[in-house]
Amino acid sequence: MKQFKVYGSGCSNCVKTAELIAQAAAEQGEEIALEKVTDMKSIALAGVMKTPGVGLDGRIIHFGSVPAPELVRSWFA
Amino acid sequence: MNPLQLFTWLADWLVYGGLGLAPASRLGLALHFFVEDVSKILVLLLVMIYVIAWLRAGLDVERVRDALARRHRLLGYGLASLFGAITPFCSCSSIPLFLGFTYARIPVGVTMAFLITSPLINEVAVVLLWGLIGWQLTLTYVVVGLLAGMLGGLLMDGLKAERWLQPLVQEVLAAPVAETQAREAIQLGWRERHGFAKQETLSIFLRVWPWVLLGVALGAGLHGYLPEDFFHRHLGGGQWWSVPAAVALGSGLYANATGVIPVMESLLAKGLPLGTTLALCMSTVAVSIPEFVMLKQVMQWRLLAWLLAYILVAFTLVGWLLNAVG
Repeated sequence: MKQFKVYGSGCSNCVKTAELIAQAAAEQGEEIALEKVTDMKSIALAGVMKTPGVGLDGRIIHFGSVPAPELVRSWFA
Repeated sequence: MNPLQLFTWLADWLVYGGLGLAPASRLGLALHFFVEDVSKILVLLLVMIYVIAWLRAGLDVERVRDALARRHRLLGYGLASLFGAITPFCSCSSIPLFLGFTYARIPVGVTMAFLITSPLINEVAVVLLWGLIGWQLTLTYVVVGLLAGMLGGLLMDGLKAERWLQPLVQEVLAAPVAETQAREAIQLGWRERHGFAKQETLSIFLRVWPWVLLGVALGAGLHGYLPEDFFHRHLGGGQWWSVPAAVALGSGLYANATGVIPVMESLLAKGLPLGTTLALCMSTVAVSIPEFVMLKQVMQWRLLAWLLAYILVAFTLVGWLLNAVG
């Protein structure tokens, strides 16, 4: 199962990012674990300096903006 | 011929021709200002943001951090201000950025230099200043913005500002390096640059256009309805108290550079001295209460108070200086 993490302090862009990931997972019929990391210390330690950031299985795969829907879909390919 | 003349013609044609308003009427003046500036700014923004984004594709806060981490401290202040000016950065990321820089063992003052310059100078501000007020003032504005960041950074390290950080910062510093996760390097070809520039242009444009309308509307109102020599009559002598008053007023107001610059154009045209105008506008942009509240997560009140005091004093001095030489 893919482990997704969305890094961000709870701003609207972070919420939107998490929604996009959940939506893409539902489209693919894939079960994922989705965690929202809102604690500043954890965000900083993950190396995310521009929120929202997205982590997949322990690696940062995107940060700094709401990812485009095509990009989100590519994470499930 | 100045190509920007085109927008004056457009406004002439639309407001005086199409709507039949008299060039001397207040409504005519205000509308003409509005049409000319809005059309000029929006076109300039689209073109210039694309060009600038194309050039700076690949420059990101991570690279800035890595570049700053290896420098001598003194060079660091200058570089940090410069990077603050050219790196795309939203104040909503101030805290992660502050922690990320600190974690890379970049001195607090160097990070502060970045944070002070960042809201003051960006491509939108420069395009607006250049298009509306001319290159001389653009240059003054940019130099003042960079100096404000560099000296602010120096001062913060001189004060040993790291004493006044929140415990959270210490916790981050104490964490083992291994927790930081690697990310992939991105290769940039022509296609990627175009894609990045297109996306940047769209996202910046969509974000700033309401500010442009608001700022220009305010500027147009002043332009049409304020008597021609209003400021010249009241403050034209560059009265010394007008500068600190402008700074105090500006720090209470909160707007970004995009909204402020069209108002600046109008104030200058009505005879407000350059130093006073710049002091008002730069303190409006640099001091924002929401930003300070956010920074409270990593800085103690004492440090925030120093930062605020520094910005107020710095812009007051700049205002006085420019009024004296101008």
